[in-house]
Amino acid sequence: MNIVVLAKLVPDLVEELTIDANGNALDSSFARLIINEFDDHAIEQGILLKERGGGSVTIIAPDAEGADDVLFTAAAKGADRLIKIKGDFSNVNNHALARAFAKVVSGIKPDLVLTGVQAHNDLDGALGPLLAELLEMPYIGYVSAVSINGDKVLIKKEYPGGLLAEMDVQLPAILGIQAAEEPPRYVAVSKVRQAMKTSSIEEQDASNLDPCGGSAIGRMFQPEASSHATMITGSPDEVAEKLVGVFKELGIV
Amino acid sequence: MPIRETFWNIPQWAETAQYVLGFITAVVFVYGIVRRVMRWRQGQPDKRFDHIGARLRTLFTQAILQLRVASEAYAGVMHLAIFWGIIALLIGTALATLDWDVTHLFFGFQFLKDGFYIGYELTLDIFGLLLMIGLGMAIYRRFILRPKRLQNPWPTLTRDDAYVLGMLTLIAITGYLVEGLRIAVTQPSWANWSPVGNAIAALFIATGDPTNRILHLSLWSFHILIAFTLLASLPFTKLFHIAAVPTNIFFHSLTPAGTLSAPRSADSVGVKAWKEFTWKQILDFESCTRCGRCQDVCPAYASTQILSPRNMMIKLETHIWEKANGRQLHSDVITADELWGCTTCRACSEVCPAFIDHLSSFVDMRRYLVAEGQVDAQLQKALANLGRYGNSFGQSERMRAKWTQPITSKIKDARREAVEYLWFVGDYASYSPTLTEITSKTAQVFQKAGLDFGILYDGERNAGNDVRRVGEEGLFETLVEKNVSVLGKCSYKKIVTTDPHSYNTVKNEYPRSETSEVLHYTELLDQLIASGQLKFNKRLGYKVTYHDPCYLGRYNGVYDAPRRVIEATGCELVEMPRHGDRAFCCGAGGGRIWMKEAEVKERPSEARVREAVSLDGVNTLVTACPKDITMFRDAVKTTGNEERLAVKDLIELVYAAL
Amino acid sequence: MTQDIYIVIEHLRGQVADISYIMLAAARELAQSAGGNVIAVLLGHNAKELAANFAADQVIYLDHPALADFTPDAYQKALADLIQKNQPRAVLFGSTSIGSDLASVLSIRLDLPLASSCRSFTKDGKFVSQICGGKIMAEGALPSPTALVTMIPGGYKSEEGKSTQPPTLTPAEVPALDALRVALKNYVEPQAGDVDIAKEPILISVGRGIQNKDNIALAEDLATALGGVVTGSRPVIDQAWLPSSRLVGKSGKHVKPKIYFTLGISGAPEHVEAITDSDTIIAINTDPKAPIFDIAKYGVEMDLFDLVEVLTEKVKQAK
Repeated sequence: MNIVVLAKLVPDLVEELTIDANGNALDSSFARLIINEFDDHAIEQGILLKERGGGSVTIIAPDAEGADDVLFTAAAKGADRLIKIKGDFSNVNNHALARAFAKVVSGIKPDLVLTGVQAHNDLDGALGPLLAELLEMPYIGYVSAVSINGDKVLIKKEYPGGLLAEMDVQLPAILGIQAAEEPPRYVAVSKVRQAMKTSSIEEQDASNLDPCGGSAIGRMFQPEASSHATMITGSPDEVAEKLVGVFKELGIV
Repeated sequence: MPIRETFWNIPQWAETAQYVLGFITAVVFVYGIVRRVMRWRQGQPDKRFDHIGARLRTLFTQAILQLRVASEAYAGVMHLAIFWGIIALLIGTALATLDWDVTHLFFGFQFLKDGFYIGYELTLDIFGLLLMIGLGMAIYRRFILRPKRLQNPWPTLTRDDAYVLGMLTLIAITGYLVEGLRIAVTQPSWANWSPVGNAIAALFIATGDPTNRILHLSLWSFHILIAFTLLASLPFTKLFHIAAVPTNIFFHSLTPAGTLSAPRSADSVGVKAWKEFTWKQILDFESCTRCGRCQDVCPAYASTQILSPRNMMIKLETHIWEKANGRQLHSDVITADELWGCTTCRACSEVCPAFIDHLSSFVDMRRYLVAEGQVDAQLQKALANLGRYGNSFGQSERMRAKWTQPITSKIKDARREAVEYLWFVGDYASYSPTLTEITSKTAQVFQKAGLDFGILYDGERNAGNDVRRVGEEGLFETLVEKNVSVLGKCSYKKIVTTDPHSYNTVKNEYPRSETSEVLHYTELLDQLIASGQLKFNKRLGYKVTYHDPCYLGRYNGVYDAPRRVIEATGCELVEMPRHGDRAFCCGAGGGRIWMKEAEVKERPSEARVREAVSLDGVNTLVTACPKDITMFRDAVKTTGNEERLAVKDLIELVYAAL
Repeated sequence: MTQDIYIVIEHLRGQVADISYIMLAAARELAQSAGGNVIAVLLGHNAKELAANFAADQVIYLDHPALADFTPDAYQKALADLIQKNQPRAVLFGSTSIGSDLASVLSIRLDLPLASSCRSFTKDGKFVSQICGGKIMAEGALPSPTALVTMIPGGYKSEEGKSTQPPTLTPAEVPALDALRVALKNYVEPQAGDVDIAKEPILISVGRGIQNKDNIALAEDLATALGGVVTGSRPVIDQAWLPSSRLVGKSGKHVKPKIYFTLGISGAPEHVEAITDSDTIIAINTDPKAPIFDIAKYGVEMDLFDLVEVLTEKVKQAK
């Protein structure tokens, strides 16, 4: 089983985000990047599948600050092959990214491609389904369990309210992972360092970054709360007293 | 004329048999010792031959004088009585051998005669009695009192305990009987100098010869037989501690308690199988006498009973002797829950009479768990945050100095200007919303004392003390590298820390060149008060008790400075029953504060709060560690003692008294 | 080429999802600026009665056995055919487990532009998307010729998408749905036997800020005092501190209690979308900038551990 996992980096929301001078994109020079958390689950799911049924796992990430770290961390978890796509990916949309990935992925001829179901900065759809259509593979998103069954995979797809649908998908296919079957594992720093010594990152150039199909953003801004809560202040005692007052008003006390 | 008549009533065949038996015993004994040593040698190398002088001194005070054993009244008297009883009898036997088999045999004279012989007889009689008393105390405690700490995880150990005590008792009793029978028959004029032997003789005089002679010979033979048996079995029973413990004491670590040894393998994977322990760690397991003192003081054992340092040692010792049966060190012998339970408070090692270094083995095994990714979700989150942001709170480093914002006079940025004191604030004091008020008071006290100090702002990272003790050595190294590189660019004379955990690692584990002098803020305050730089206007007059943070007290011996500061604020200090090096850990150390809490009857912090509350008239629990504050403030709530006990940082007293 | 706004109706096992009504409401706003009709697209099998309360000018109904339940393949084929034929001004999809499987694929297949995470439309027809956990808004002109848009809740009330007048239903031809690569095997029900949090009037909801499982007890005590039930956000359920039946959020349940009382919930969009129908939201959080305060009626900036026990006591006294 030849498994490919796509991983992208997104701005870390722990930091304050800023808008660039043009006012229509995030200021990428200030942002600290972190692996898209759903991609982290996709990597874990890929490794789990390999551990369960063998095969190889290739991780592909677009070049960005921290991409090497993401790749070596995946290698420390058990990924076999690491590929970094070179190019300027700052403020590139998912359509362009998907086209860049399509070229690299088709060269690998994977049986199964996993990626995070979404990223918090998606503005033109998700990477997985875009790539799936470019490669003419079937796609299912919101997946939280995967088992390989010959030339098919049986997956569980999450719906609201805890309902799951079990679906059969013909391989090769792309899955958008909502949650791996096990939470992403911890990798000791020493293991990552070891991976840096023992594994290497292949670099491939992104041919053209064609953003066609995305939508132009005219303005980006930080939301100003249209309304804001009435803040209740004071010591814990006073606050509790006032809250009980609210409860009384609402007739539940 | 009083003279020692060796082999009285012993026919030649019996004497010869004794020598043959002695030879066999020696062979078995030597085989047993070699077998043990060979096992140690399967461990990894560890250099322990430095500072021979210091090692010999400790050997004298701890193996001969047994000061640590004696620190507990009952067990101390018991063990010293047995120990000295046996030592005296052994010396007696050696003298007798010398007298008979050397001086008498080759030179035709005996020194065991006249006054010396009388003194010899009296001394041995008294020490024999001492041995009997010690054995009686041991038997009473082990089989009648049956304290929990002596209960064994499996019955073979109990048989071993009983065997040793039983044999020693039998040897002592038969020894007296043989002496008594000899006196009964020969009735020497100096018999009164063997009071016990003489008293026993009185019982037998009526029996008369030849019965007494026959009895004497049989009992003598039995005495010899069991004595040699015990000697031969020494390397195979718990009595082996007679050899192992002094060896272990001699080789115990002389580096500061706060310096943990680095992993031996380059990839920091820790210990997976027992042969990856060092010979010294294996010797630790073999030295355990199962006395249970560690278990009595262990906060993890007190709260969950999952982890007992004593049982860990027992299990490890048993494991290294197991025939290849597929049992794995991890999970089969030692579970992850046991390893994660440890708060690294070091109370166990502090009381261990055998000088076992429990933590070095525990952390080595934790290192393996971390390398395998076997960490609970909360710990994983904390470690990921520490790796990413340099703090366990998962907040941006830019927020690290947010607590300084309300302070009107700006705190120097030690990276930009030279300072005398570089204040290493630490994670909890910087980020925990409930602690920043205390941190801000610390800053204000420093300012009022006119201290030239600065902080690292967003340049500071978690110091790594507990990261290392969790077993994440790679992350520890990364944190150290980052801190060292920032410190290297600063100009300062001394480092002062808020957190005893940071204090410990910066002082004992950071590269020397970067850490000129490291002070805990309580030490600094103590100096400032002594020099008159910090003066108090008020005497607070509170009645307080003080909790010694593990990493300040036990790890670094800072007991007096905080107490002097408390006194200087005009508070009356009442000690808790467990204080100083016996202080009971709050349960947060060694990364426990980042982990999931196990289901417990009583958390260590709750036990500690109850201990403080039970003190008459004390209404404030003072400590000097941000993690302690966090734990105790919570415990005061969960035990319903909010009205009765306030938890305060030492700095709050100082601030109030200014 | 028309100026009509199409809405791809989402339904599961006979239930129309809330997002469908929200999109109908959004489409109404968009249709006004574009000058077209609001047209609901219902894919299903023997499902036309689902359309009875749609606030739409028209319902295009695609009936086919392969469309009875959602599968990406069949839905994509049916929709691609329809969009290509009719060329509406925009097609709205839910930013959900259903809509997300469709919009991106169709964007490539039909070579049409796509805007995702749209929360609302401006009066002049621009889309406004919410990204980065609610911290950033992005606004842009509705792309041409046919804009594919995925929508998140929050901008419109589902009630505005409902009508008492049944719209006209126009069956449309369904293309051949063969060579499907995805097949639905069956549904797995969520574990039953717990309370239905969607029906509870008082919810005490805990987030990451609760720190560990033991502290859930604090929330339980408050819930007992108030006569409510404890729920949680995704991190809390992921840690198994609460059963998954108590999950409020995008992948959990949408709730509409009288009082939604949050402890240590920051208010990520995935959570917020599920609680907007609550009558009164009261939020406790240490971070004054937490987005939860933007939708709460009352807020308290305080460590929940300082407040909850005191509050529980006071509630008990007041009763």
